[in-house]
Amino acid sequence: MSQPGIPASGGALTGLQAQNGAASASGSSYTNGPIQNALLSAQGYNSQLPGSYSHLIPAKTLNPVSGQSNYGGSQTVSPLSNYQGPGQTLHRPPVASNPVTPSLHSGPVPRMPQHASQNPAATPMPSGSFHPGANVPPPLNWQYNYPSTGSQTNHYPRVSTGPTMSGNTNLTSHQYVSSGDPSHQNNFIKSGSAPPLNPPLPTAFQPGVPLGPPPTGGPPPVRALSPQKSSQRDVPQPSFNSPINQEGITSSTNNGSMVVHNSYDEIEGGGFLATPQLTNKNPTVSRSVGYSYPSLPPGYQNTQPPSTTGMPPSSLSYPSGPQAFTQNSLGANHLTASMSGLSLHPDGLRVINLLHERNMLPSTPLQPPVPNLHEDIQRLNCNPELFRCTLTSIPQTQALLNKAKLPLGLLLHPFKDLMQLPVVTSSTIVRCRSCRTYINPFVSFLDQRRWKCNLCYQVNDVPEEFMYNPLTRVYGEPHRRPEVQNATIEFMAPSEYMLRPPQPPVYLFVFDVSHNAIETGYLNSVCQSLLDNLDLLPGNTRTKIGFITFDSTIHFYSLQEGLSQPQMLIVSDIEDIFIPMPENLLVNLNESKELVQDLLKTLPQMFAKTLETQSALGPALQSAFKLMSPTGGRMSVFQTQLPTLGVGALKPREEPNQRSSAKEIHLTPSTDFYKKLALDCSGQQVAVDLFLLSGQYSDLASLGCISRYSAGSVYYYPSYHHQHNPVQVQKLQKELHRYLTRKIGFEAVMRIRCTKGLSIHTFHGNFFVRSTDLLSLPNVNPDAGYAVQMSVEESLTDTQLVSFQSALLYTSSKGERRIRVHTLCLPVVSTLNEVFLGADVQAISGLLANMAVDRSVTASLSDARDALVNAVIDSLSAYRSSVLSNHQPGLMVPFSLRLFPLFVLALLKQKSFQTGTNARLDERIFAMCQVKNQPLVYLMLTTHPNLYRVDNLSDEGALNINDRTIPQPPILQLSMEKLSRDGAFLMDAGSTDLPELDTPESARTIAFISWLREQRPFFPILYIIRDENPMKAVFLQNMVEDRTESAFSYYEFLLHIQQQVNK
Amino acid sequence: MAFTFAAFCYMLAPLLTAALIFFAIWHVIAFDELKTDYKNPIDQCNTLNPLVLPECLIHAFFCVMFLCAAEWLILGLNMPLLAYPIWRYMSRPVMSGPGLYDPTAIMNADILAYCQKEGWCKLAFYLLAFFFTTSTA
Repeated sequence: MSQPGIPASGGALTGLQAQNGAASASGSSYTNGPIQNALLSAQGYNSQLPGSYSHLIPAKTLNPVSGQSNYGGSQTVSPLSNYQGPGQTLHRPPVASNPVTPSLHSGPVPRMPQHASQNPAATPMPSGSFHPGANVPPPLNWQYNYPSTGSQTNHYPRVSTGPTMSGNTNLTSHQYVSSGDPSHQNNFIKSGSAPPLNPPLPTAFQPGVPLGPPPTGGPPPVRALSPQKSSQRDVPQPSFNSPINQEGITSSTNNGSMVVHNSYDEIEGGGFLATPQLTNKNPTVSRSVGYSYPSLPPGYQNTQPPSTTGMPPSSLSYPSGPQAFTQNSLGANHLTASMSGLSLHPDGLRVINLLHERNMLPSTPLQPPVPNLHEDIQRLNCNPELFRCTLTSIPQTQALLNKAKLPLGLLLHPFKDLMQLPVVTSSTIVRCRSCRTYINPFVSFLDQRRWKCNLCYQVNDVPEEFMYNPLTRVYGEPHRRPEVQNATIEFMAPSEYMLRPPQPPVYLFVFDVSHNAIETGYLNSVCQSLLDNLDLLPGNTRTKIGFITFDSTIHFYSLQEGLSQPQMLIVSDIEDIFIPMPENLLVNLNESKELVQDLLKTLPQMFAKTLETQSALGPALQSAFKLMSPTGGRMSVFQTQLPTLGVGALKPREEPNQRSSAKEIHLTPSTDFYKKLALDCSGQQVAVDLFLLSGQYSDLASLGCISRYSAGSVYYYPSYHHQHNPVQVQKLQKELHRYLTRKIGFEAVMRIRCTKGLSIHTFHGNFFVRSTDLLSLPNVNPDAGYAVQMSVEESLTDTQLVSFQSALLYTSSKGERRIRVHTLCLPVVSTLNEVFLGADVQAISGLLANMAVDRSVTASLSDARDALVNAVIDSLSAYRSSVLSNHQPGLMVPFSLRLFPLFVLALLKQKSFQTGTNARLDERIFAMCQVKNQPLVYLMLTTHPNLYRVDNLSDEGALNINDRTIPQPPILQLSMEKLSRDGAFLMDAGSTDLPELDTPESARTIAFISWLREQRPFFPILYIIRDENPMKAVFLQNMVEDRTESAFSYYEFLLHIQQQVNK
Repeated sequence: MAFTFAAFCYMLAPLLTAALIFFAIWHVIAFDELKTDYKNPIDQCNTLNPLVLPECLIHAFFCVMFLCAAEWLILGLNMPLLAYPIWRYMSRPVMSGPGLYDPTAIMNADILAYCQKEGWCKLAFYLLAFFFTTSTA
């Protein structure tokens, strides 16, 4: 796995630092990041001389101390023995012996009695050797003799790979595909397909797709380089095919002393379909549309694009005029562009009286507003699905922002599955000397040798390697490198970005096997799902897996290679938890696959007759944490009831009668045990994902902390039962499939940088905030979204553009360290009117929802509801008093905010914030978790569902995806008046689809529904509701424009706002 | 002034106040370090939290002393400022250990700014108290 491109020169590692500043400074030896292993001898990690690090040390680090410690008194990790270098991946890393109890449990292993004897009366145990609660328990190693399913049956179900091909089915209608060929750069097996559940939306990100050259004779070239750019962009397209791509890479790799490789390889697709069938099927596809950095056809090489401004590409001399004034000319152009932009969108200038114009909801999905930038900049800008801002025109000062009464913030979906992502492998990653910003499309090149950072305005040198453009194989064109042409890019990080060798993918599953859990029957479907997806787990030869089950005791499973069957070890001392065996509890998946499969097959039966009702979740989590802390990884916890034993035991707090009163509900955790454990986990790079399958109250407010602060996710299946609730079973299966097979990033950190003058106020999402701009994400998954509130700290009067950059440093499941960088550029405006014109109503609603969740936790639910309503009232009155000159009657809103009252009303009726008796506490808290953790698109869907009429679908305007015709019915308003008795309607409410069907389904409907489902990472339940169905109430609950017993109708809400605004 | 209990109080008070001043300075520095990214919030909270109660207790002790010495003026000045930390402690987030600061919430810009301001105010008050008691003594 060592990268050919990194010069392995050997050398001291003491100066290494994590790029994003695992700040170990001024004597503090804390490291939350991966632990640096100074003695590591693996090749590829000792790459540079210490002297060359000056520019790599994080800006905010005082001195690059390499010491480390673990906070919270958790056990000391000895990474030395745990990791081996890249390139040795075929050997299983030896597991460090656990320092806690190594000597206690090394004795001979008593045999476990026949499994069948585990009867309710007594847990089988040798008499006398076992004292529950004793301080030092005797070695309790039990071996199960499994019932007849024996280990001889080694077959494991072949996973059918056919259906998952659907990820590629969208190729014809979209610009991107991932090229199916493994990159030559890395030795990893690349899976060629995108995750099947996430086909690109029609607005998919389009890096490098030329939007056509700028019109000649139009405005003066912005960068003086744009014509070149476009021509250069046009050129490679015809040759976009894999073979050429690979040749191109190889040739540029071997190009003399230049150690620069650039390759667009596809994202490594989370273990999807690394199968030969796929690679066989793909070539045609990638040849036609695959986008990669090819070498140019010979004819184009060294050909100077026609409009080059008299500067030979290889020239080292300082260039002439236009380039040196990039920033200025940008600004000037920006102004003219904004003028023309305004005139181009007369709609955007309209002032709307909401009381008169009813049908404001567009019939097609609402598109985010386009920032008012010059088209050359906008073309390079980050895709709004990945990165968007609530105000696409940034107010100049905090005073102006306060005046507008709109929240300023970013909504990110940084790890979204992309169909196309440029990946750069380069020995030096060019970053700003002072603020460590990655070079991006919005920097300005003062001349060939210097660039000016767009965040801190520091002038930096262009390194020698960067002068060479591997795309065109031309020297002296730093401005045409992929880093400067793509707002979303991924770097292969060299060893300076590691504090320890990249961790192996480690998956630990923790199952509740108490009586209650067995009753629900979840273990069967989870084990089956795991069996089915075992080969699809993202990872490589280093992948490790382990299992823990618990009721009132904790059961470990030894899966040592060579054992004939898994060996169960029971620890009943839950007061002082220990790991019964130093190794073989987390085993290499490839080496012990048969044992793992055995275990998964027998696990559901093993506890079938258990009568143990207690649940010791806290101790189980502690032991799982101990097991994983040497490596880090992902812990998936399945829990079906309130934990009742040991640390972290909880008490029922829900009083059903008080559901209606908005003030006395328990949204705050009752104990900080889970939060503290989550922070310990975060420190050791362990993320905890919680699957809660509970019929009764389980105090998700407390339990959820374990996921929230360790960057995990929460899944909730209320009233899960294998017989009584088949829809939940199906939902669990589908979501587990996605969960197990989706991409995953380990030991990640994300830093968000912004132009000087702006500062980060608050983060929203699941993570631990490690410093003012750094998030610690032990795991990052493609289905997590984040929100950031910003404030304007200093006046931005002397700048015309601001930029935001998020950099996500993570270890892929293949063991590569990668950095995914998104950069967003926005204009600065000085008048209130422009701020309003650029408002992004969806992003604003999303950010407000996040803020409202915080408010309901710190203050109360009614406070949060008031704050939401006030947000609308304040901003609209600000608009009325400051922007509108003539005060007409009615509710006047800017066009950009025409849906603002509707979305806020929808938020008020959303499960998180609604009043009334029908929301159970856990469901409400789950909805709040979702608000915090979901990307904006899904949040908007759960808030304001899309309603379609599906009985009269036509092919008009339909999408054509791989021979499937997907009808695109218009979106209807969420009001009963849109429904009729003789129609069938489909409500797409994010996680639950609520259709109302009266007529027979047509093929079109099915196509449409499955298309909707494929678009999201979770599985929406399809309920068919006829007139008299009890689910009708749920359906009607989502008709946000209508009046409910406790909430306004849309019109009433508008009147209420009008009253307040016109006061 | 004869060497009364009150005089003793006035002699002891500056020493205690000096200790409190050190606490306050530590507090200000700690939050400044947080703001400038030099420290990890978990570490910082772990060092700050154990100091919250002692600080409060010293202050309370000092109030009791002046109560016994029947020095009403200085007691009156100190009472509201003793009430504040008590109120703060009552409304702290759910925590198992002693202390006020939650590492997961502390990085919020509002809370950070509030804590910093609080530190400066404390420092100013303790300094005033210090000079007041020394000059009286």
